[in-house]
Amino acid sequence: MPIFSYLVIPTTGAIDQLYDELTAIPWCEVMVAENKEIIILVTDTPDAVTETELQKQLKELPSLQSMSMTFGHNDDNQPGKPRGDYEV
Amino acid sequence: MKFNRRSFIKGAATSSAIAAASAIFPGISFADWTKQEGASGMITWKKAPCRFCGTGCGVLIGVSGDRAVAVKGDPNCSVNKGLCCVKGYHSVQALYGKDRLTKAQVRRNGAMVEVPIKEALDIIAARMKETIARHGKDAVAMYGSGQWTIPDGYVASKLFKGCLGTNNLEANARLCMASAVTGFMTSFGLDEPMGCYEDIDHANVFVTWGNNMAEMHPVLFSRMLANRKRRNNVEIIDLATRTTRTSQAADKAILFRPQTDLAVANAICYEIIHNKWVNQDFLNNHVSFHKGKTNIGYGTEDHFAFTDTEEAISFADYQKFLEDYTPEKVEKISGVSARDIKYLASLYGDPTKKVTSFWCMGMNQHTRGTWIQNLVYNIHLLTGKISTPGNSPFSLTGQPSACGTVREVGTLTHALPHGVVTNDHDREMAAKIWEVPVSNIDPKPTYHTVEMFRALDRGDIKFMWIQVTNPMVTMPNLNRYRNGVLKDDRFIVVSEVYPTPTTDIADVILPAAMWVEQEGMFGNSERRTQHFARIVPPPGEAMSDTWQLIEVARRLGFEKQFPWSEDEHIGKIWEEYRRFHEGPKHNMAPYTVLLERPGVMWPFVDGKETRWRFNPKHDPACTNGKDFDFYGKKDNKAWIWARPYEPAAEAPDAEYNFWLNTGRVIEHFHTGSMTRRIPILHQAMPSSYVELNPEDAADLGVVNGEMVKIISRRGAVTMPASINGRGVPPRGMVFVPFFDDSYLINEVTLDAFCPISKQPDYKKCAVRLEKA
Repeated sequence: MPIFSYLVIPTTGAIDQLYDELTAIPWCEVMVAENKEIIILVTDTPDAVTETELQKQLKELPSLQSMSMTFGHNDDNQPGKPRGDYEV
Repeated sequence: MKFNRRSFIKGAATSSAIAAASAIFPGISFADWTKQEGASGMITWKKAPCRFCGTGCGVLIGVSGDRAVAVKGDPNCSVNKGLCCVKGYHSVQALYGKDRLTKAQVRRNGAMVEVPIKEALDIIAARMKETIARHGKDAVAMYGSGQWTIPDGYVASKLFKGCLGTNNLEANARLCMASAVTGFMTSFGLDEPMGCYEDIDHANVFVTWGNNMAEMHPVLFSRMLANRKRRNNVEIIDLATRTTRTSQAADKAILFRPQTDLAVANAICYEIIHNKWVNQDFLNNHVSFHKGKTNIGYGTEDHFAFTDTEEAISFADYQKFLEDYTPEKVEKISGVSARDIKYLASLYGDPTKKVTSFWCMGMNQHTRGTWIQNLVYNIHLLTGKISTPGNSPFSLTGQPSACGTVREVGTLTHALPHGVVTNDHDREMAAKIWEVPVSNIDPKPTYHTVEMFRALDRGDIKFMWIQVTNPMVTMPNLNRYRNGVLKDDRFIVVSEVYPTPTTDIADVILPAAMWVEQEGMFGNSERRTQHFARIVPPPGEAMSDTWQLIEVARRLGFEKQFPWSEDEHIGKIWEEYRRFHEGPKHNMAPYTVLLERPGVMWPFVDGKETRWRFNPKHDPACTNGKDFDFYGKKDNKAWIWARPYEPAAEAPDAEYNFWLNTGRVIEHFHTGSMTRRIPILHQAMPSSYVELNPEDAADLGVVNGEMVKIISRRGAVTMPASINGRGVPPRGMVFVPFFDDSYLINEVTLDAFCPISKQPDYKKCAVRLEKA
């Protein structure tokens, strides 16, 4: 169950198109910078197979110029069991 | 609240991405909340005004799920342009103190017991009915706040003045800005500043009159400092009774003896005329001269009454009046050297310099508060430095909606949303909008705040509902008023968010929604109305003050006047309220406009804000065809008043040989009931102290942190000494911040007030000190 975040740079002038395309993908959540052509993408997929398919789908988006990973987490690679929900 | 583990990890993922983006692209902002609506696990940003002073900084509140988790300055808000102070940056933590009041409580057999809030509202309505039936309508009272939202104050006014027919409605803003109102009204005939914060970007000289802006209005102060750094022709003069952080940052700091600002202001005017620095053209066209009563008293006795009279005088009469205030004579009164007075006069008098004067509690909490406002206006009027960018006499406020709710809505005994109860036309307008018989609205004001608590002590008032304020910490001469509310047949309702010394004396406690847990509007110091949505839900059964009042009003039989649904009541109330202010002098922005912007200044005419009133280049209400139109007065002129120096109500003597001055600190808002629940602010400033001059401390034999007993004719408090700390009083004065209810300094202060504004003076009374 991997979770990743990325800084995503659109091709020139395509930030709105990229925003629309990313928000249409079920495993993607996006945050758009208000004063730069940058999008933050957070992906949350249920398993490795879905994650691989998502990566492929992202790479095929014409409006996406590049992605830089800023965070990665995979429950399958964590020691011990998750603690579950907790109060904050 | 439950926070899903994956949501938390995704939040961390987002934070990492934001941190990386910020490092690679300095200045990058992710404030575009509209594209993030509904993004689970993400932070959603929503606009609001900060609620911790009167500046009105715009903030963006980060929300995750149902919880506010972050704050940043709103870069789109012209007030603060993305900057906040320490209180603003930590403001949302005030929502989540462990002891939030979440259930209603009722006193039974001496103990508070929890009840459903509907039952508590039933009890309140029944008690009000019973009290009115037995003792008359003027036996019930409401005491509100400059932290009330505009809808809170509006429905309170409608219920008490329009429906119940009593003028027993006051707000704690009486304690913080009533003198500012009477100053504006007597000099200009209309309330609130003619300028705006943009004056800071134009002025060459700033004079802070008894105003520690560095701590009390830090965002505006930083804007001043930024201008001084950016432009090479800006200077800041601090004119105060004690040395503060503002004095340290100023180019020149001048100390005057308490109360003698009256003499200093007159001496500046004398010097301006003496040196022929008067703007004669402005004076001839736009100013008239007046005098009022003198030796007007201090209001320390019950039933004190005072009405000023106005008499027109000539410029020659005014000049003759000022002969008592030569710089040399005033040096002896004030301790300010004649040279410094002449220097101040030269700054105001220099036609090449734009001058802005700032003040707040130092001039407002003053037994001659109205007079000192008049006198500072005199300086600006003699030189014509007013109502133009950078030339501004500017009264600041301390609460987020002292202007919006108390001054504009008129939640004071004499006032209505438009005008005053004594005016037939104003009562008729209110009756028409409120759909009540005009005979419902009593043409006679009842009690101002101090007298209202005296009436409660005497038994003339039996029932009081207190919302969003903490009078059992803030009333001067507190022992008398606490003893009054504790008398047997008094019934006190308190709407609050946390336990306070005021909830301690309550018979009913209503848990209140706080700030962005409800929809509302505030009005800041520069006539800016700021809307905020209900961004997070209130805890438990907590309910907005507006809705509490509506629920009780309906139980009292006023369904017709309070018909709105819970979903849309704020918008409906706003549109009803706006009708009071129609016209170019005070038109308010429509609800739909308020929703879109971080704030809108009134008068809002033809889609435009008015930045400088009385100036036809900016103000569409000007109609006289001249370069200024002071349309608030019937003679279309601003009034210069001959007001003398008169001493304080109580001054040091052989037995009580120190001045006591009280005030605030940057970390805490007022009585600290919210900011002391914010861990980082509480840890930064955990308790109050008494500032002493180092030489006085040496004479007393105390060192930093040792306990000092402060004794007045009314009470005593023992607290730790602060020597050479953040502020340093001159010899013969001590200063105590009032945020800490472990040290109730208002048991020591005096309930003397300005006879015109009825605002108490928290800055001057006589005490003696003992090493404890």
